[in-house]
Amino acid sequence: MSSLRRRKPFNESSDSKPQSEKGEEEEHHEEDHDDDDDDDDNGKNKKIPSKIKKKRWEKLPSPPQQPPKWSCLDMCCWFIGCICVTWWLMLFLYNAMPASFPQYVTEAITGPLPDPPGVKLKKEGLVAKHPVVFVPGIVTGGLELWEGRGCAEGLFRNRLWGGTFGEVYKRPLCWVEHMSLDNETGLDPCGIRVRPVSGLVAADYFAPGYFVWAVLIANLARIGYEEKNMYMAAYDWRLSFQNTEVRDRTLSRIKSNIELLVATNGGRKVVAIPHSMGVLYFLHFMKWVEAPTPMGGGGGPNWCSKHIKAVVDIGGPFLGVPKAIAGLFSAEAKDIAVARALAPGFLDNDIFQFQTLQHVMRMSRTWDSTMSMIPRGGDTIWGGLHWSPEDGYSCSKEREKKNDTQITDQADAESVVCKARSANYGRIISFGKDVAEAPSSDIERIDFRGAIKGHTAANTTCRDVWTEYHDMGFAGIKAVAEYKTYTTESIVDLLHFIAPKMMARGTAHFSYGIADNLDDPKYTHYKYWSNPLETTLPNAPDMEIFSMYGVGLQTERAYVYKLSPHAECSIPFKIDTSADDEATCLRDGVYSVDGDETVPVLSAGFMCAKGWRGKTRFNPSGIKTYVREYNHLPPANLLEGRGTLSAAHVDIMGNFALIEDVIRIAAGASGEELGGDQVYSKIFNWSERINLQLDNETPVYSSR
Amino acid sequence: MVSFLRLRKPKYVEPAVKYCSVGFESFDDQSPPSTAPRLGNLWLETNKNKNQTKRRQAKEHSGRCLDSCCWLTGYLCTVWWLFLFLYHCLPFTVVHEVPELMPGARLKREGLTALHPVVLVPGIVTGGLELWEGKPCADGLFRKRLWGGGFTRNPKRPLCWLEHLSLHNETGLDPPGIRVRPVPGLFGTDYSAPGYFVWDVLIKNLAKIGYEGKNLHLAAYDWRLSFQNTEIRDHSLSRLKSKIELMYRGNGYKKVVVVPHSMGVTYFLHFLKWVEMPPPMGGGGGPGWCAKHIKAIVNISPAFLGVPKAVSNILSAEGKDDAYIGAMASGVLDSGILGLQALEHITRVSRTWDSLVSLVPKGGEAIWGNMDWSPEEEHVCDLSKKRYSRFSLSNNNVNNSDLKIGFRVKDPVNYGRIISFGKAASVLHSSQLPTVDPKEFLRTTASEFDEMSRESIRKIAADKAYTAKTFFDLLHFVAPKMMKRAEAHFSHGIADNLDDPKYNHYKYWSNPLETKLPDAPDMEIYCSYGVGIPTERSYVYKLSPSSSCKGIPYRIDSSVDGEDDSCLKGGVYFTDGDENVPVLSAGFMCAKGWRGSTQFNPSGIATYVREYRNKPPSSLVERGGIKNGAHLDIMGNIALIEDILRIAAGATGEEIGGDEIHSDILRMSERVSLR
Repeated sequence: MSSLRRRKPFNESSDSKPQSEKGEEEEHHEEDHDDDDDDDDNGKNKKIPSKIKKKRWEKLPSPPQQPPKWSCLDMCCWFIGCICVTWWLMLFLYNAMPASFPQYVTEAITGPLPDPPGVKLKKEGLVAKHPVVFVPGIVTGGLELWEGRGCAEGLFRNRLWGGTFGEVYKRPLCWVEHMSLDNETGLDPCGIRVRPVSGLVAADYFAPGYFVWAVLIANLARIGYEEKNMYMAAYDWRLSFQNTEVRDRTLSRIKSNIELLVATNGGRKVVAIPHSMGVLYFLHFMKWVEAPTPMGGGGGPNWCSKHIKAVVDIGGPFLGVPKAIAGLFSAEAKDIAVARALAPGFLDNDIFQFQTLQHVMRMSRTWDSTMSMIPRGGDTIWGGLHWSPEDGYSCSKEREKKNDTQITDQADAESVVCKARSANYGRIISFGKDVAEAPSSDIERIDFRGAIKGHTAANTTCRDVWTEYHDMGFAGIKAVAEYKTYTTESIVDLLHFIAPKMMARGTAHFSYGIADNLDDPKYTHYKYWSNPLETTLPNAPDMEIFSMYGVGLQTERAYVYKLSPHAECSIPFKIDTSADDEATCLRDGVYSVDGDETVPVLSAGFMCAKGWRGKTRFNPSGIKTYVREYNHLPPANLLEGRGTLSAAHVDIMGNFALIEDVIRIAAGASGEELGGDQVYSKIFNWSERINLQLDNETPVYSSR
Repeated sequence: MVSFLRLRKPKYVEPAVKYCSVGFESFDDQSPPSTAPRLGNLWLETNKNKNQTKRRQAKEHSGRCLDSCCWLTGYLCTVWWLFLFLYHCLPFTVVHEVPELMPGARLKREGLTALHPVVLVPGIVTGGLELWEGKPCADGLFRKRLWGGGFTRNPKRPLCWLEHLSLHNETGLDPPGIRVRPVPGLFGTDYSAPGYFVWDVLIKNLAKIGYEGKNLHLAAYDWRLSFQNTEIRDHSLSRLKSKIELMYRGNGYKKVVVVPHSMGVTYFLHFLKWVEMPPPMGGGGGPGWCAKHIKAIVNISPAFLGVPKAVSNILSAEGKDDAYIGAMASGVLDSGILGLQALEHITRVSRTWDSLVSLVPKGGEAIWGNMDWSPEEEHVCDLSKKRYSRFSLSNNNVNNSDLKIGFRVKDPVNYGRIISFGKAASVLHSSQLPTVDPKEFLRTTASEFDEMSRESIRKIAADKAYTAKTFFDLLHFVAPKMMKRAEAHFSHGIADNLDDPKYNHYKYWSNPLETKLPDAPDMEIYCSYGVGIPTERSYVYKLSPSSSCKGIPYRIDSSVDGEDDSCLKGGVYFTDGDENVPVLSAGFMCAKGWRGSTQFNPSGIATYVREYRNKPPSSLVERGGIKNGAHLDIMGNIALIEDILRIAAGATGEEIGGDEIHSDILRMSERVSLR
């Protein structure tokens, strides 16, 4: 239908042309032909204007029987014929083209590509050994409609999420309605059933051509993997983890499928490969499966050690991501996964006009899973008002690093910047740039928690675009801004204040603290299972945990906010995009730090670098952990697509080095054989600074 | 946009040709060269001298000719775009089927909700296959559908495609370097090809009363393999077992309802035995597994006792509009590259598929009749009349019954002779026919396609007829390797003593006449199938005209026709059935073989025969028809769907009305004498 949309502007322009001036027609057509010769391949565009002209002429009185030999009608028809023939010819050539042709061209330009890791390792003699379980992350899994309201008639089992998003263009409001969950229960709204797609197709491609798991699957297939020893643990990523079991029995399915994989593959344990939020989901699963029924899966205390060889976490937000806060707070954030995934088909389409963000926000606030990404561990992990583990990180260093200049210079530069200034990453939200930079003693904060939520009177116009901000009223909004700056701990309170319903649902399913005493019986409740700081790893000393993630990309860490001027029908808070500061990594109101563009290094690496390293109270059986970092290198040219060296959050799934590691693990290699830790960032330094009790016996904080 | 391109593609040849021919004649000197596009210009100049005289003659016509042609092109395009635009503007319901006809919504209003989990077992050819590892010619097709999907419709590389679809000739498993695997999950069959709905309608209606991923499962398996090999290669049976156990536990300990279709019926029969057998040959579920986990089996268009069509497929890859040959041929024949050899290529590929042999008629002469006798012998072939009468139902109803009586006088057809060479062999009394000498079937070499001596081919054919027992010799002669492979996996006899320990071998499990049903007295078995469509039952063959087709020495003699209303048409004798499966094969087990407590059904599992009379679609808009009884189309039959929904929601066989019979199945079964 794009052709039709494109027709409009042409229509106007062609209408404005004088119809009867024969002398000009000749010239006019000459132009057309020149255009045509310039870009023949763009035939589709050309065809449309000509067609419009054609239509117009149809309405005119028919041409005289003996026309001048080369009338404009001739020209027009000639034109159509020419375009069509070219078009068909190209189409024919395209269809007749051998499938390997694009690759051939790429090779001709850039030189021979390296062998994909699957081919390379097959030559080394690796074969499929351990069955593999994929756990997709948030937004990458497909969702399909099983029961809908009237407006979704005929979309039965069509994909609402993932795939082409074809229907999103046609009925956006209907789509939002079906993608939302019930605001009270966090489950299906009445009369709507949207379910995850099952099988490998669920998350191999997010959209056509935008791979998620496909490259990894293809490479695993090279060494002999197929459907019988690969399994995609697809789940409805909108639900809270425990609710996927309550509604769809997803956790039971995963358990049963892993048992089946182990049984049918000669008793070889599985290698689990969760990505992004799937990391937390799998953490939840490991606790669930050993917990007794009815809350758990009743697998018994040794289930994990019997069935799981290794957990290969890719880009895991163990401790949450700051992005999630911005997403929940104001539905923005530079390319946040949730909001931006919508972007191509959604934000740009102006059916919603200015209310798009509210719609998105209303929808995404019904998704419990977004709350699993709120930073955990409070100030101990993420830093307080005037300190943070990443203190001293500077972006200018980052840029030099990319240029690969001498290391000595780099170190000098770094120390200079360090002394000068550094961002207060601990202040995750600050109102105003000055607040973000001021010494903590200067900030006057008025506590918002007691503030009365007033009702705004003239608000009927935006009832249809309900967000909870309207219940807050001006007084509440003001109170929030008066508090000036928020650290991780107060963020949770803030969210309780601005979105009470959502957080009421969320706190029933997730917890964000640090456990003092893990033996406390309250930690058997499922809401703690996905928080690595409030749960112990299973008793499986032979298991291995890998944390693989990308580094070398700017990742959002803290935000500068402002009050939105017109708080009538829009979200009252906005990121202050005017706030910029080269020295402190502040750009467009966002402080960034090292990471993979979505997950900061701290969140992805801390547990494996320190929290679980050795025998700690979170890891009583001493499961081995490895940190594997992959440095980001952008694709060399456009032909490479998303690159084979990229380390961005999703693109890392196509990173050859990572794929090679994963394949080796699946083929039986241990972490030591892989080379142990591989670290580019300063994750170990930063982890050192975090003062977390890891020793079970002594309640005194370890002073390493 | 994709569909837009695809739809336009077939047209590209025609206008292009038209344009060229016109452009060739119609340019004259008065057209300033600058106005013509460069392409045409160049072309024009090269031909200028050659065609000068011609052009002068065409001068007067030139303008009009070009006009009209281009006009046509433009006009067509405009109309096309307009229609496309309108199509997209139309609300969905106008274009597609009217939802009120579907029973799901109605039954939901009645208060039916999902109760028992449902397992669907697809039949032959309806499951999708995808490529996991291929030869270089299949580059870039990784995890693309080889079967059921775009590639089938329009294979660009037919030979490559066929190569990947065939299995290893000796083992019946993957050839080296090729891995083709079934598409798992609900994607396996439902959208297998556009417009070729198989499970789609049923799934839609099940979803209406509350079914979804957690209580609905499609057991995909590689339908080319023999049943036991699906377990050996893909663990398909183990997966199915684990899935059923999971659904049983996950849905409040409700037993599952299994809905197999076509070959899936025998596959599931195999599963029933497999699951209770001890490992390693079986699944180790223990003797009570089926009783514990399965509520009912609703067999749709079951081919319990095989189909005669399978014989003609193996012999000569013919068979009127056959399910899979048809599907394959449309892909290969249409491509036109292979030309006359297409049929032989198809034969070569399909003979590597063990599963085909599972469809060869089982039970020998006791079931299918011998030279002079068959259970269907009183069948009246007024089917052509019936079909005709549909157009004016009310008028002809009376006449029709009259006609029936009239024809009953005619000679009965010898259905028992499944293959006869020449029409004479099919009608003469058996004493006049030469007997078959087993020595004639001996072949010096065992290769599949060459070196069958012309002499022995002729000898075997000479005026002979073969019954359901003797045609195995014929099959062995024509396809020795295939039969050798397949006989390790399937058996086609009748058991004398089911307690014989040899029947513990898996090759007997899919034959209902050589295996016992599990001990599950509460289970129910339904045989649901369409009737009222002429179905192939036996064939008149002839020698292949030339030696060009090495693998196919015989062809159906399509010139043989009976009188106007005889059962013989185009060399094929027809009987009642659903177009693929004769009534006898579909209904006998439920109507007699398993009825009550028999040798084959020791625990007395209740059986029900549910027949659905075929009514073709009344208009073109009804895609496939909602009362259709044909083999595949029955999956959209609303009466059948309603039955399935009621069973899934907890109804028993008595509650949905017990037996429902339109054909002569009970009388036919009576005539079959079986212990």
